[in-house]
Amino acid sequence: MVNVQPIDLYARQISDEKQASVIDGSSAGTEKRYAVLGKDYKDPDSLRKLAGSIKDHTLHHLDHYLEKAETALKKNGAHVHFADTDDDARNTILEILRSHGVTRLTKSKSMAAEEIHLNPFLIENGIECLESDLGEFIIQLDNDEPSHIVKPIIHLNRRDIAKTFLREGVSETYNDDPRTITTQARVHLRKKYFEAEAGITGANFVSAESGRLVLVTNEGNARFGMAPTPVHIALVGIEKIVPTDRDLGVFLNLLGRSATGQQLTVYTQFINGPKSANQPDGPEHMHVVFMNNGRTDVLESNCREILRCIRCGACQNVCPVYRQASGHAYRSNYAGPVGAVLSPLLFGDRFPELADLPKASSLCGACNEVCPVDIPIPDLLLRLRDKAKREKVHSPGAIPMTPFGTLATSPSLWRTAMTMSKAMNHLPIEVAPVKPLQDWLGQRTLPDWHGGDFRKWLKGRKNVNGKS
Amino acid sequence: MSTTARPVTKRVLLMGTCLCDAFYDDVAKATVQVLEHLGVKVDFPENQTCCGQPAFNSGDWNTSRKVARHCASVFSGDQSVVVPSGSCAAMNFHGNLLQFEEQPDASIDSLAKRTWEVLDFIVNGLGITTWPGGFKEPTKIAFHRSCHSRGTGTGEAAMALLSSIKNAEVLAFGQAEQCCGFGGTFSVTFPHISGRMGSLKLDHVLEHKPDVLTSGDMSCLMHLDGLARVQGRAVPYKHVIQLLRDSLSL
Repeated sequence: MVNVQPIDLYARQISDEKQASVIDGSSAGTEKRYAVLGKDYKDPDSLRKLAGSIKDHTLHHLDHYLEKAETALKKNGAHVHFADTDDDARNTILEILRSHGVTRLTKSKSMAAEEIHLNPFLIENGIECLESDLGEFIIQLDNDEPSHIVKPIIHLNRRDIAKTFLREGVSETYNDDPRTITTQARVHLRKKYFEAEAGITGANFVSAESGRLVLVTNEGNARFGMAPTPVHIALVGIEKIVPTDRDLGVFLNLLGRSATGQQLTVYTQFINGPKSANQPDGPEHMHVVFMNNGRTDVLESNCREILRCIRCGACQNVCPVYRQASGHAYRSNYAGPVGAVLSPLLFGDRFPELADLPKASSLCGACNEVCPVDIPIPDLLLRLRDKAKREKVHSPGAIPMTPFGTLATSPSLWRTAMTMSKAMNHLPIEVAPVKPLQDWLGQRTLPDWHGGDFRKWLKGRKNVNGKS
Repeated sequence: MSTTARPVTKRVLLMGTCLCDAFYDDVAKATVQVLEHLGVKVDFPENQTCCGQPAFNSGDWNTSRKVARHCASVFSGDQSVVVPSGSCAAMNFHGNLLQFEEQPDASIDSLAKRTWEVLDFIVNGLGITTWPGGFKEPTKIAFHRSCHSRGTGTGEAAMALLSSIKNAEVLAFGQAEQCCGFGGTFSVTFPHISGRMGSLKLDHVLEHKPDVLTSGDMSCLMHLDGLARVQGRAVPYKHVIQLLRDSLSL
C-alpha cells in the first residue's frame, strides 16, 4: 500500500469503536459550539473576525509585545526565560527544577509541553512528573498520545478507561460509571498534589500590558496543583501574547464557546506573579519560559496566520476528515486542520515527512467557518501543497497534472477530447489499468459521458434561430 | 466576496464548466434557458476549457496558473461571467487570487471581479428573490449546500428560489454543513475517507426521503450519486438551475 496516503490508510485500519468515539465526541462539540454562540451573539462572525485581527496585530508587532510582557512579568516578580529550540526549553525547565531541588511535580495540560515531549524528558532525568488533567492522566497511564487539543482522550470510551484504571491499580474493581471513574482519579491525584514540589502549566494567554498569565481549565487541576507547591513554571509559546487585559474579554468569550460549547470554562485563573506576602498560599517562585521552537520561522512564512490559533479544537471537531481518521492519524500532538498546517511548519526539518498532512482535506472550509480567530485554514493548506510540489516532495497516489494543463490550454484539443471520450461509455473502465481510477470506482460509478453535447446543442440552436 | 461590487450586465459570458462539458450538458442548457427567460443574453466563448482547479488543489500551481491565464483570456472584457458551479466560481474569485498573490495579473483580477455563481447572480445580481414556477406534484427537495459556496450568497439564494416554487418542499436534514467528501482529487487520493464522508452525507440526506437531491455544484451531486448507485440507494439528482427551468416548463 505504498501508493496510498498515510492518513487514508490509517482511517481504514482504526476500529469501529474508536471511530464511533471520535465521531460522537467531535460532532457533539460542533453542535454545542454552534448552539451557544448563536444563543449569545447576534453576529458571532464579527467577534471571530475581531479576535483574528487582534491576534494578527499582535503577531505583526510580536517583538514589541514580548518585550512589554517580559517587563511586566518581571515587575510582578516572575523570572522570565527565553528558549529558542525545543532542546533549550526542556533544558531550561530542567535547570529551574534542579535549582529548586525538585524531584516530583504535577503538570496541568499544555500543548506546548506536548509539543516538546516534556514529560518523558523529565522522567528520563529522574523527575517524577504526573499529569493532573484527567484526560492527560489517562494518556500517561496508557503510554498513549493525545488525539485532540481539548479532549486528549476523545478516541477512548469509558470502558477503555475503566480497564486502564483496573490495570494500573487506580481502581480495585472494574467500574465504568463515569462518576466513579472521576472519583477514583480524584482520590489518586489528590495525594500527589500535596507531595509535589513544583507545578508546570502552559498558558492560554499572557497580557503584555500587565504580565497577567491566564489559565483556563474545567477541572481546576492547574489551580489545585499550584496551591501546595513552592515553584510554578509556565511554558508559553511566544504567540500566546495579547496586547492588553481588555483583549482577554474577547478571547475568553470565544475560547470556551468554541472549545467545549461553554460560555466560560469552570476555572479561569489570572496569575499576577508569585505569592505575595499577604497571600496564604501559592508558589513563592514563578518562572515563565517563552518558547520559540520554530514559531519565528512560521511568522516569516506565507502561513503565519496559523499562529493566531488559541488551541480550542473547534476545527478538529468540525473536520470531516479528522472525524474519519482520528487525531493519531496526524502523527503529531497537533491533529486535524490546525495540525495539518502547524506540524509541517513547526517541525521544519521534518517537512517532507509531514507534507502529506495538508493534502488530507477536501478543502471544505468548515474549519475556517468555526475558527474563533478566523484562520483561513484551507488557504494555508493550499499554500503548503504548493510548497510541497515546489520542493518536489513525493505525494502518494497523486495524479500528474501536466497532461491536464496541456489539454486545458489547447481549446481545439480539449474539444476533440470531449467528443472522443464518448467512447468511454462503451468501454469497461472499471478494468482500466489506472490504479487511482480503480480505487475510486471501487465505491463509485461515473455518470454517462456527454462530452461536447452542450456545445452541439448551442450550435444547432444558433443555426435554427439564425442568431450569433 | 461582496456581492454589490461585481458588475451585472444584461449580456453575460457563460462559463460552462468542464463537468457540464463532459457529463452534464443539460445543466449548461438549463443555465442558458433560465438566463434567457430572465432577459439576459448569453455568450459562450468557444475556447473555454476548465478553471484549473484540479491542478490548483493538487498543489501544481505552475500548471494551474497556466490554465487560469488561459481562462482569464477567454473570458476577458467587461461582461459578467456566470457559472453554474459554486466551486468554479470560487476558483475564479478566490483561488486565483491566492495562486497569483506573488505575481499579480490584471486579467486574473478582472475575472475575479466579474465572476458570479449563477444562483447568486439571479438573486443578488438581478434582484429576483422568488421564483414564479411550480411543480405538478408535491416535490420534496434536499438541497446540499456545497462547500465552495460557504461565505457567498449562493446558499441563501438557492433556498429563497427553491422554497418559493409552488409544490416544492425544501427538507431540513442533519449536519447540513458537512462536506460530501468529493474535493476533486481528494476523492482519488483519499478514497476511503472520501467514501465514508459521502456515505454519511447520504445517510442524512436520504433520511427524509427526498424526491430529488439538488445543489449548486454538480461535482458534489456526481460524487453522491456515484456512491448511492453502488450502494443501491440512488435518488434522482439535479442542479438547482435545472429545477428552476423545469418548474417553468421551458
